[in-house]
Amino acid sequence: MQQAIDPINHPPVIEAQDVQLYYGNFRAVKDFSLKVQPRMITAIIGPSGCGKSTVLRSFNRMNDFVPSFHLDGSILYHDQNIYAPEVDPVLIRGRIGMVFQKPNPFPKSIYDNVAWGAKINGMRGNMDDLVEEALRKAALWDEVKDILRNSALSLSGGQQQRLCIARALAVRPEIILMDEPASALDPIATLKIEDLMRELSENYTIIIVTHNMQQAARASDMTAFFTMDEDRAGIMVEYDQTSKIFTTPRDQRTEDYITGRYG
Amino acid sequence: MTATFDRQHPDPENLPGRQRAGKVWQGVFSMSLLVGLLALIVLLLNITNQAGGLAAYRNKVEPASLSPLPLEETPVEALVAILKENLSINRIKTLQRDGKLEDRSQTDLAAIVTEQIVKPEVIATYTLFQSLTRGDQIRQEILAQNPDASVVWKWWLTPDFLQRSMSSNADLAGVRTALFGSLYMIAITILVAFPIGLGAAIYLEEYADRRSRINRIIQTNIDNLAGVPSIVYGILGLAIFVRLLSPLTSGALFGSGSDNGRTILSAALTMALLVLPVIIINSQEAIRAVPGSLREAAYGLGATRWQTIWHHVLPYAMPGIMTGNILAISRAIGETAPLIVVGAATFITQDPSGPFSRFTALPIQIYNWTTRPQPEFRNIAAAAILVLLVSLLSLNAVAIFLRSRFGRR
Repeated sequence: MQQAIDPINHPPVIEAQDVQLYYGNFRAVKDFSLKVQPRMITAIIGPSGCGKSTVLRSFNRMNDFVPSFHLDGSILYHDQNIYAPEVDPVLIRGRIGMVFQKPNPFPKSIYDNVAWGAKINGMRGNMDDLVEEALRKAALWDEVKDILRNSALSLSGGQQQRLCIARALAVRPEIILMDEPASALDPIATLKIEDLMRELSENYTIIIVTHNMQQAARASDMTAFFTMDEDRAGIMVEYDQTSKIFTTPRDQRTEDYITGRYG
Repeated sequence: MTATFDRQHPDPENLPGRQRAGKVWQGVFSMSLLVGLLALIVLLLNITNQAGGLAAYRNKVEPASLSPLPLEETPVEALVAILKENLSINRIKTLQRDGKLEDRSQTDLAAIVTEQIVKPEVIATYTLFQSLTRGDQIRQEILAQNPDASVVWKWWLTPDFLQRSMSSNADLAGVRTALFGSLYMIAITILVAFPIGLGAAIYLEEYADRRSRINRIIQTNIDNLAGVPSIVYGILGLAIFVRLLSPLTSGALFGSGSDNGRTILSAALTMALLVLPVIIINSQEAIRAVPGSLREAAYGLGATRWQTIWHHVLPYAMPGIMTGNILAISRAIGETAPLIVVGAATFITQDPSGPFSRFTALPIQIYNWTTRPQPEFRNIAAAAILVLLVSLLSLNAVAIFLRSRFGRR
């Protein structure tokens, strides 16, 4: 396995150390280690079933809701192992937000969708300003500023997904995990999301799972390539700068995948 | 390798046959619905048929021989005189137990005269259908056999029927006591069963570890309890609430109430037990139908489990929970067997005054009346069934209104 090469030597925000992920007795993802750089977009790519989403969800303990899930190794968030017994996952999820594959706004008003996360996390202050700030950051404000009290479900798919991003931003996270955020959207809405990610990466660390290689090549700074081994367990093949992965991959399997020979 | 078929393309020839098969099944399904509708219509017609029609009366003493005026217009003094003249001294004393005759209202006295002296007796009653189709014939037949009988149109479900309490005379009997008893009981049942049932459902769906053996056993038992016959719950209620917890259910612990545990509270708790499994199962189904993506969205924002349940899962599931529970509560209103076992009174003229009072309920009253030999009791049973159906429908309407009010946006 290749060790990640830091393009810029910042201390990593997230560092996975010898992590193995299990569902019951099945080892879903084999031993991997990687360091996520701050204020960059890190893409996780690979064929279906290689455990990309499982890896992503292990970064904010969303896998906890799968009863049989467990993890070996440690995932450090600013040098704190988030799987340590004294860590409350609720706090972790407040710092590491998540955007899901299918837009899943709450069946509430647009305003309430954005404000709810802040409210339940005990954030105080001018909620109207917070909602506007989050919607502006998500490039949705101009489209919804006059219909804030309308149901979020009345928005288009692309708008709903940007609302979900605004909702995550309103909690003021440091990291945003995105699980194939554009796979349910049309190409134009997809491009909007990618532009948005680029803007957000100035202030946030973004980790995105995608099975769209063009998306990874266009929108990310770092890329981790996962695939399956003969036991159907996920393994990390290569982790490097996106430009290197897509031009001069070091591993034959990476090259086969990005040139479309399999997967 | 290419498989060889007799035909290489879909056969247009057999398409009409396939479509016909579909039409046949569609016909079968609509027939099932039609049978159900017909049964419902027949039921309603049958009950309405019993609830009104001609009735033949014979008076023991003709009112005309008592007073020159009709009883309704006879003054109080004359009525008192009639009573004193026709009734024994002991009977008068009994009547005066609650106050002097002279102090009673004219209507009251007229009713007493009718009940005690005139004593109208129902000889025969006829259904609405009979009365409408061959009314004249019936009149002639009756008058031929009983020249002194009077034949009148009688609609058994009257405002008076709703306001009067139980009586051994069908003409003077009403459902007020039973209606209050039923409403009181169902209110307590809802208050007890709804929170407990919803709480248990939330625990089983959101907190319990599905893999643990104990939780699986509990779940299976709840599913099975929903099918246990209601009489069994009645016996359980008798043993636990009426007997064992008698100090509590009779109100003795609170210094008031009746002398035994056969109270509204016992009946309501028994009914709550009866509907609890159904409420739990229905609520579980509704909670399970909440999309996982909604939960993930909440957790992903750093919500705790309880915040997720309270703000998203329950509001989303509430319309479904309400629908299921309305049906469960409706069942409890019409349930008779457990009430008989728990000891609902069959003859009671006092309205329930609180959870610790003796009571009767509509189904008990209907059951009791249908078992009487006199024909007119069948008519008031039909009228009581109409009352039961209407109160059931209005409770459902309230619940449906609430459901749409609290429905999702």
